[in-house]
Amino acid sequence: MSEVVLKVALVGNPNSGKSTLFNVLTGLNQKVANFPGVTVEKHVGYFSLRNAFEGVDYKVELTDLPGIYSLYPKTLDEQIPYKVLTDPQDPSFPDRIIVIADASNLKRSLFLCSQIIDLKIPVVLVLNMMDLAVHKGLLPDVKKLEQALGIKVIPAIVRQKTGIEEIKKAVLHTIPLPENDIMPATSLAPELIQEIKHSFPVKSDYAAYLLAGNYDKVDISFVGNDGKQKLDTLLQQHQFGQKAMQATETLERYKTISVLLKSCVSEPASVRKSLTRTVDNLVTHRIWGYGIFLAILFVIFQFIFNVAQFPMDFIDGTFADFSQKVSELLPKGVLNDLIVNGILAGLGGIIIFVPQIALLFLFITILEDTGYMARVSFIMDKLLRPFGLNGRSVIPLMSGVACAVPAILATRTIQSWKERIVTIMVTPLMSCSARLPVYTLLISLVIPRYYVFGFINSQGLVMMLMYLIGFVAAIFSAWLFKMFVKAKQRDFFIMELPVYRLPRWKNIFFVIFDKVKIFLFDAGKIIIAISIVLWFLSSRGPGKEYAEIEKLYEAKAELPETTQDELNQLQAQKLEHSYAGWTGKIIEPAIRPLGFDWKLGIALVTSFAAREVFVGTMSTIYSVGSNSENLTIREKMMTEKRPDGTPLYTLAVGISLMLFYAFAMQCMSTLAVVKRETGTWKWPIIQFVYMSALAWVSSFAAFQLLS
Amino acid sequence: MLGVAYFRNLNFNSAVLEKKLSELKPGEAGVIQNFSDEEIKLKLMEMGCIPGETVLMERVAPLGDPMAIKVAGYQLSLRKNEAETVWVSTL
Repeated sequence: MSEVVLKVALVGNPNSGKSTLFNVLTGLNQKVANFPGVTVEKHVGYFSLRNAFEGVDYKVELTDLPGIYSLYPKTLDEQIPYKVLTDPQDPSFPDRIIVIADASNLKRSLFLCSQIIDLKIPVVLVLNMMDLAVHKGLLPDVKKLEQALGIKVIPAIVRQKTGIEEIKKAVLHTIPLPENDIMPATSLAPELIQEIKHSFPVKSDYAAYLLAGNYDKVDISFVGNDGKQKLDTLLQQHQFGQKAMQATETLERYKTISVLLKSCVSEPASVRKSLTRTVDNLVTHRIWGYGIFLAILFVIFQFIFNVAQFPMDFIDGTFADFSQKVSELLPKGVLNDLIVNGILAGLGGIIIFVPQIALLFLFITILEDTGYMARVSFIMDKLLRPFGLNGRSVIPLMSGVACAVPAILATRTIQSWKERIVTIMVTPLMSCSARLPVYTLLISLVIPRYYVFGFINSQGLVMMLMYLIGFVAAIFSAWLFKMFVKAKQRDFFIMELPVYRLPRWKNIFFVIFDKVKIFLFDAGKIIIAISIVLWFLSSRGPGKEYAEIEKLYEAKAELPETTQDELNQLQAQKLEHSYAGWTGKIIEPAIRPLGFDWKLGIALVTSFAAREVFVGTMSTIYSVGSNSENLTIREKMMTEKRPDGTPLYTLAVGISLMLFYAFAMQCMSTLAVVKRETGTWKWPIIQFVYMSALAWVSSFAAFQLLS
Repeated sequence: MLGVAYFRNLNFNSAVLEKKLSELKPGEAGVIQNFSDEEIKLKLMEMGCIPGETVLMERVAPLGDPMAIKVAGYQLSLRKNEAETVWVSTL
């Protein structure tokens, strides 16, 4: 028996239950890739179907397309569905289409659906959220809708898994295509459509019409440069104005749908007082609205800092044990050293952040899934706009507290290019989780512990200030960028405020899984690569000196009477004479005005893998060994003196160093993601330069003022 | 633009008044008449804001901007300067 692959595309408005249906249909049998050439995520899942009558097994390849309102693409996310559905050479071009519609919001859903029906690819329409529609007093007559649209219509409540078997069956047994267009495109541009159909392999009148409207916006494989020129000429000949025609089509289509709906849906008898309105009155209130948002932020941060600590400590401990075992098991030598101190150290430094990142995205996804985040954008838009940001910048900025890499990916929902770039540029200023260990160490070092007003812990207060400083710096940098970044297109803030609903845990699980994966793979591979490079730089050195110390170290290590202390001191000497130590000394003149010496220079260099490497580097430099607690590094650093005998880690140096870590762009993974998202090196370079300058200047000012 | 509004408002034959969508008070409804911005028009029309459709000003954000309207059975948020390009008639 043969297995036939059936390509199916899943299309629908945002908030129509599309991802839920996708997850219900494909279960765990799905993968995420990118659409070719762009950074839009492509979710593909599989399920099997059997047509007993034909005796054929089908393997359905279901592609979940980004949510759209029409086949007129404006943003990148909208271009993808357009291309997949209208370019027969696209690898995802479907044999069948499932359109999912919110039954309680039929007019707008049918607008998109009717466009897709007119493409003349077999369509199944899923009327989702039938329970909500009934609750609203809308009763769609499924039979009449089927007749009017000429396609199979299936009522469903996807969240409760009703109607799923019928959907699968309908995908298998699609009825013949309707002969007439719902909105005959030929009536709008008869001759042009004929000529396009004559010259290009388009499947339907409407596909020809859409090609005329969009050929200059989305590349379709059968068009090419010659094709574009031909279309230019054709449009001129027939005086086809794209915008005017889009407006005409939209009007005509809505007119047809209104007539159609009148016969298929009973109007609601009375409008009930909706829960959504009651909740909205509260969460968009001018006092309570902001109060609730702040309270939610407070709870989230409590979780990230306190609850995440337990799994993080566990991971830290497990990794230390594991590295220890590996180092004992493998024969001593370069390879052992590379694996333990290069690769494993890098890996441990990545995995340790997974709990914080997963927790933060758990909260953000719940807030988004319930519909609350759209309200946050609504109340924050006016506040953020003067700074060149957008109501939707809130999510990336919040995510930036965990890690800038997934945060920058989250800017994709910002339609305006300018506001998106500004958000990308300033998000890394938010204090990410890798800065936390650095702040913790430095605060315990230079900030005396006492209680402000008798109950506020001074050290905790400074920690909070550091986060606030990051946020304020982000806002003001955004304001500066607003003046320099030129807008590519008009900004819109036209978005749906979805009705509230309970979170869908399965969707949330998939989103968190995705984000953690992005962090592990996108950021992870760079962190590992850099940590290997840094391992090399700190375990090799120029000239004879390094080799001599290394020989001495190895000889001493063999002797049983050598104490750990002696070994640690030799280790520190090794680092001093390594390439890393050498680099630290080279950059010393540049960082001396900030109060830093060459040892801190080494730490600044190694922090390029990830900022928290600072702590490990300091413990090596101050020869306290890798298995010591923070406390001992702290004690060592406290006793560290300058050549003139004064203590090195004064308040001035501590603050200067913290400011440096707050502002400097010390994360290669972020730069790589910015390059990928913006498509040029221009933005990551600007980001690196402005953040380094900001870091240097503020550290300089702090050090000079305080000392 | 002001001039146009002035003449429209001088339509004494009926009680119909035309004003900008942004001028509706929360709870006030209007019927979309036309648009003064081509791109916003296209975007809003595909979201269901077509001439002849009734819109209800649902709420205004705490700082007076953006605003949320009820149209075709759902809630849509748009900025004040976007709402200024939509002309509605009220009774």
